[in-house]
Amino acid sequence: MSTVLMDPTSELSSEHREPLPRPTSLEGLTVGLLDISKARGDVFIDRIEDLMVQRGISTRRYKKPTFTRIAPIELTQQIATECDVVIESLAD
Amino acid sequence: MDSYVLVVKEDCATCRLLVPVISQLSSLLDLKIVCQDDPAFPLGEEVVDDTELKESWTLNIETVPTIIRYENQSETGRIFGWDRGAWQALTGVSLETDFPDFRPGCGSKTTDPGMPEKLSVKFDNGKLHSRRVTTATEEDDMEACFDRGWSDGLPLVPPTELRVMRMLSGTNRDPREVIGAVPPDYGECTVEKVTVNAVMAGCKPEYLPVVISSVEAALQDEFCMHGLLATTYFSGPMILVNGPISRAIGMNSKGNALGQGNRANATIGRALQLVIRNVGGGKPGGVDRAVFGNPGKYSYCFAEDETNSCWESLAVEKGFNSDQSTVTLFAADGMQGIVDQKSREPDSLARSFAAGLRVASHPKMIQAADAFLVVSPEHERVFRDAGWSKQQLKDRLGELLMIPGTELIAGAGGIAEGIPDKFADSTMPKFREGGLNIVRAGGSAGLFSAIIAGWGASGKMGSVPVTREILVLSQV
Repeated sequence: MSTVLMDPTSELSSEHREPLPRPTSLEGLTVGLLDISKARGDVFIDRIEDLMVQRGISTRRYKKPTFTRIAPIELTQQIATECDVVIESLAD
Repeated sequence: MDSYVLVVKEDCATCRLLVPVISQLSSLLDLKIVCQDDPAFPLGEEVVDDTELKESWTLNIETVPTIIRYENQSETGRIFGWDRGAWQALTGVSLETDFPDFRPGCGSKTTDPGMPEKLSVKFDNGKLHSRRVTTATEEDDMEACFDRGWSDGLPLVPPTELRVMRMLSGTNRDPREVIGAVPPDYGECTVEKVTVNAVMAGCKPEYLPVVISSVEAALQDEFCMHGLLATTYFSGPMILVNGPISRAIGMNSKGNALGQGNRANATIGRALQLVIRNVGGGKPGGVDRAVFGNPGKYSYCFAEDETNSCWESLAVEKGFNSDQSTVTLFAADGMQGIVDQKSREPDSLARSFAAGLRVASHPKMIQAADAFLVVSPEHERVFRDAGWSKQQLKDRLGELLMIPGTELIAGAGGIAEGIPDKFADSTMPKFREGGLNIVRAGGSAGLFSAIIAGWGASGKMGSVPVTREILVLSQV
């Protein structure tokens, strides 16, 4: 059930939660490439990695144990610690 | 033509006793009977079903039975309970009864515990103006508050309309009243916004006047809340409460006064910080550039122990009467203890205090940070026994804290920090004039006192402590 709360702020920003700001460039950032362990997801991730390496962008590879469950907390913490942005493959 | 409204409830013995009277009046008068709990009461009468309590709430009924007379739709008389003479005078009807002439009524259902705020949410449309934020179906209320960035890091009480309405019962002030603009965004701060944040902080309605006055004090220009928030320094706003309200709401001025465990101390200070965060937009890593901050930035609020003190309170020093309640806002760092278990003479203890105060911020830092010296009852007793007034102690500390320039200049003691060489031949006071404040608080056992040093930008160029009277319900 949803609850109606009263906004405690000065209401200068939208009541909708904004996603984190997107970087305008990947220069100098580390990009995490997360394979969710679904068939052929690695094909997509491999190609993305090639293109990034050609552009001199630093990448790191990660893989979920199974696509059927959400990523283990250790994995999301590892990615958050080591990377600035993450690209997740949803290929099938 | 006069008309009448009679509000009753079946559960009220007086109302049941009056059934014959009601019957007589309804046959003679233009009488609307409103029943709060049973639309079939009184039997045989045409009754307005008020089990929703809308009529009773709108009519501001506190007791049943209440009979109200109207002339041309304007109320011209109202009686609570049964008083035969008064009812006869109001209605012009001779009422013969076989029961006593006086019977008190019962409480209206609108006054049941928890009911006023429920009815206010339901029927007082337009009383609250804040934007409503609806959580998602599967969203946890507490997590929703974290996720929207409203929290200081600890769980918040979700600010529902009902809770906000209940909190508002702590003040007579209009929720729309603007009490200032909160830095750094200078968001408009209404009584309602303070109330919403007081709910989240965990306050009781009776604390609300203290919270409102604290926010008002923090927003005074001389307090310099913007700079205090933005500074890299340790400080944050500290609230000292004086006067009867501190005792009335059960604040802690005694053992562990600067610690955890007292709801009023814990939540009033927190509410002020939440107002700065949420209404002002002041957040760590944003405009709050503190290197360390201090634990008091969660909540820094205590009361002065004024009972049996040999000294006048801080509020009295500032020109208020001891029966007035006040808040004093101070730009405060964390607390530093002074242990002196051997001094029984006031001069010896004053020397201990001076030695501790001397090093506040830095042993060479002078006239930059104000300080509060919080003297415990056992330390105060040393001055009481010797007949020292607070001013005498302040004067003596002033003498003891005159420091030779040779000890303060850069390089002295092998420390590069320090004031310019040109002051080597001067003697300089540690604190600016009026910069040292003394209050009494703390537990009854322990020969300890506490120094709360202030922001390194204390004084007119930065922050000056601000004292403001707290207006309680009956005064507003």
